[in-house]
Amino acid sequence: MIQPLHQTLYELLKQVTGFIYPNEIEVHWGILVVVYPYLTGLVAGAFILASLVKVFNVKEVQSVYRLSLLTALAFLIIAPLPLLLHLGHPERSFEIFLNPNFTSAMAMFGFVYAWYLMVVLLLEIWFTYRKDIILWSKNERFLMRWIHKIISLFSTDVSEKSVVFDKKMVKAITIIGIPSAFLLHGYVGFIFGSIKANPWWSSVLMPIVFLFSAIVSGIALVILIYMIVTPSRGQKIDMACLDKMASFLFYAVIIDFSLELLDFIHRLYESEESIKILSDLVMNKLFISLGIIQVLLGMLLPLGVMVAIKLFRFDAELRKLLYFVSAILIQLGIFATRWNVVVGGQMFSKSFRGLTAYKMELTGFEGIFMALLLLVLPFIVLAILVKILPPWEPAPVSDLEAVSD
Amino acid sequence: MKKFLLKLPEQAGRLLIVFVVFIALILLVRFLLPASLKDHRIHIQNTVAKEMSRQVRYAGSDVCASCHDEYNLKKNGYHKNLSCETCHGTSKEHSENPTEVKPVVPRQRDFCTRCHAFDPSRPTGFPQINPSVHNPMKACVTCHNPHDPKPPNVPQECQACHAEIARTKAISSHVMLECTICHEVPTQHRVAPRNVKASIPAEREFCGKCHSTQSNIKETFKVDLATHGEKYLCWQCHYPHMPEVE
Amino acid sequence: MERRKFGKKLFTLVISTTVFGGLLKKANAQTKDYDPSKHYYGMGIQTNKCIGCGRCVEACKDENNVPREPFFFRTWVERYTIKKDGEVTVQNVDSRITTQRENIFEKEILRSFFVPKLCNQCDNPPCVQVCPVGATFKTEDGIIIVDEERCIGCRYCIQACPYGARYIHPEKQTADKCTFCYHRITKELLPACVEVCPSQARIFGDLRSGASPLGRFKRLFKLHVLKPFLNTEPKVSYSDLDGEVR
Repeated sequence: MIQPLHQTLYELLKQVTGFIYPNEIEVHWGILVVVYPYLTGLVAGAFILASLVKVFNVKEVQSVYRLSLLTALAFLIIAPLPLLLHLGHPERSFEIFLNPNFTSAMAMFGFVYAWYLMVVLLLEIWFTYRKDIILWSKNERFLMRWIHKIISLFSTDVSEKSVVFDKKMVKAITIIGIPSAFLLHGYVGFIFGSIKANPWWSSVLMPIVFLFSAIVSGIALVILIYMIVTPSRGQKIDMACLDKMASFLFYAVIIDFSLELLDFIHRLYESEESIKILSDLVMNKLFISLGIIQVLLGMLLPLGVMVAIKLFRFDAELRKLLYFVSAILIQLGIFATRWNVVVGGQMFSKSFRGLTAYKMELTGFEGIFMALLLLVLPFIVLAILVKILPPWEPAPVSDLEAVSD
Repeated sequence: MKKFLLKLPEQAGRLLIVFVVFIALILLVRFLLPASLKDHRIHIQNTVAKEMSRQVRYAGSDVCASCHDEYNLKKNGYHKNLSCETCHGTSKEHSENPTEVKPVVPRQRDFCTRCHAFDPSRPTGFPQINPSVHNPMKACVTCHNPHDPKPPNVPQECQACHAEIARTKAISSHVMLECTICHEVPTQHRVAPRNVKASIPAEREFCGKCHSTQSNIKETFKVDLATHGEKYLCWQCHYPHMPEVE
Repeated sequence: MERRKFGKKLFTLVISTTVFGGLLKKANAQTKDYDPSKHYYGMGIQTNKCIGCGRCVEACKDENNVPREPFFFRTWVERYTIKKDGEVTVQNVDSRITTQRENIFEKEILRSFFVPKLCNQCDNPPCVQVCPVGATFKTEDGIIIVDEERCIGCRYCIQACPYGARYIHPEKQTADKCTFCYHRITKELLPACVEVCPSQARIFGDLRSGASPLGRFKRLFKLHVLKPFLNTEPKVSYSDLDGEVR
């Protein structure tokens, strides 16, 4: 009986054009490894948006500050899951922390991730929410009261001085946090960019491109969440906030697009040996995912829409619709970007003489159902976080007075 | 130290405690773990030892010699560079248990043609035959002893071994030329082809016998040897077996 | 409090040293007769001699329990055909799939040859550099080995290898690759592929030795390695390697 993997591989053999090294028929990094940088990108982007408030004092975006932090945390918690599922031996994954190989970018990234999670994100959320958690826990039922007490580490000090200290810490952590967020997603780019064996990946620009596409997707995600959750709570969308977020999204998309255009022009101009097979790859295997989805729908169209919004004065309703559609297109585009990098880089042979194919399963760990589940899970985690740590408004001042004696 | 701790805001103190506990846990884990889980040198040594103790399946040629006479037959024939196990497969088990475990003895035709069927990518000089023409249906071992595979009869025609050249020449303008017109072939060449080689012409004038403007031969293409091709020998441009190429 | 702590630490130290020492001894006992510091292995390949029979591929699969399907190879043979119009066709030689070849007419061929490929046992191996848990490493005698009990199957090494030499074992779900038959060479046997090669296209030996087939190979021929610009410092050298080979 032929195993299902072998069955797939026999079928793939027929789709090979030209010559590939025989071991290259199996595509090693599939949909799960596409989902992973997509999720961590959203983390970095959401955090950068949040840091705009604290470090650059962009007042308009204040109302989504806590939401961005919670979004970042929700996605950060789920992001290791696709990696774990993808490993041949997930039960040995602790070895990355116990016996890391210090020359391996993947191993070192584990520590960067842990640093970012614990020292930056968790601490920042803790300091932001501490006072409110203490005040909320006064008036709650048993379960929520104890959850809040534990999260606040049983702290009780809500004096003016301690709140000032909290604010100072938040600012300090955000200042450390911005380069940490850059490191977090830039590192994922480095994991690909440092592979000299693969000319589609090996590039100095790779960490930068990853970072800026992360920022783009993160800001677009917060816009989407904000636009969906706010009306569902019966609140009115703050147009100043939305316009400001969209502005930052616009600038980020311009930078991202310029970087990708630069990479494209550079490759064509230098015309190294790999240009023939890579052109073949882009025109044949990646035409839809790169040409149509990533560039046209994911970047040019939203860019054009946002330029139009800046040039012409559309009314609030039209702007909301356009922002919403653009944000969705951008998500699709950035997901396609990850796909084109990860899967695209394995579609051509390192002999530069042939192309192969990737067949995505439906079920199983590497299947599309699992990928969709992993994309939905962070939202479920976010819903739980929003329940425990509501980001909408801080605790009322009257409670403050009730406690201070 | 105590003063500093007292001056610290209450929440920072709590965080510090959590932080210290966390670091302590990490250190505890690192120190309590046995070295075999942590020390990379032990891992390497264990892996190397494991790798070295894998089962050996191919015995190696010299092992066969201790029991089998065919080895002595083979070592002077055309198959002297072949390992016994190239044809007989894995034989380590057989060498340890000669009566119970026997290696394969391939006698079917398609076994030999795997190496000896003509393939244009094979290096010239490697003995190849066209299986559909060379005694089809007959097992190779009927005429060739695999341990001394010299042909049963000494080849009479050049194309018995040089079929590709013969094929090429057959559709060229040199089709009517016998090989021996250009090449002097000692009789020993048919028996020990690698030791005794045929000769090739050494001068332009050799080709000039037919192709120079002074030649008496009527049907050939003529050139003025004094001016055509400068100082080159003719076959440095023209392939003698297919001279039509530009 | 202090004394108890010290006692605990001392106890841990004693236990781990005993365990470490015990394991070291065990590992040492198995490798007692073989001194890796006295060897540094390499391979030479004479592309002019390869006849593309594929016996090396089969022997490797026999010796090392490599899955039989045509998706997992520790070594393989490529066929290059360069036509007169400059078009280059490369195919995999899998001896079980004999009708795989597309039809290339013999008279269109300018050059055609076989190139055996395998893990190059690089001296500056990108696969060792990227392994997150250090499961793949270089031994003292120059061989790159994978520890299948430590490998987590992340496939980073497979992406990092420029030569396509690695694959994931479908059952073990760990990375696997040619080890120059480490379990054979440490017993002074030849790797399986070298053992069965009928035309001695593969030459194995100690890179430091002068009077050996590998020593002669290095002295006599102009040598090439695959993808030298990537600075992986391969220890497999090719003589007469055509420029079209990747």
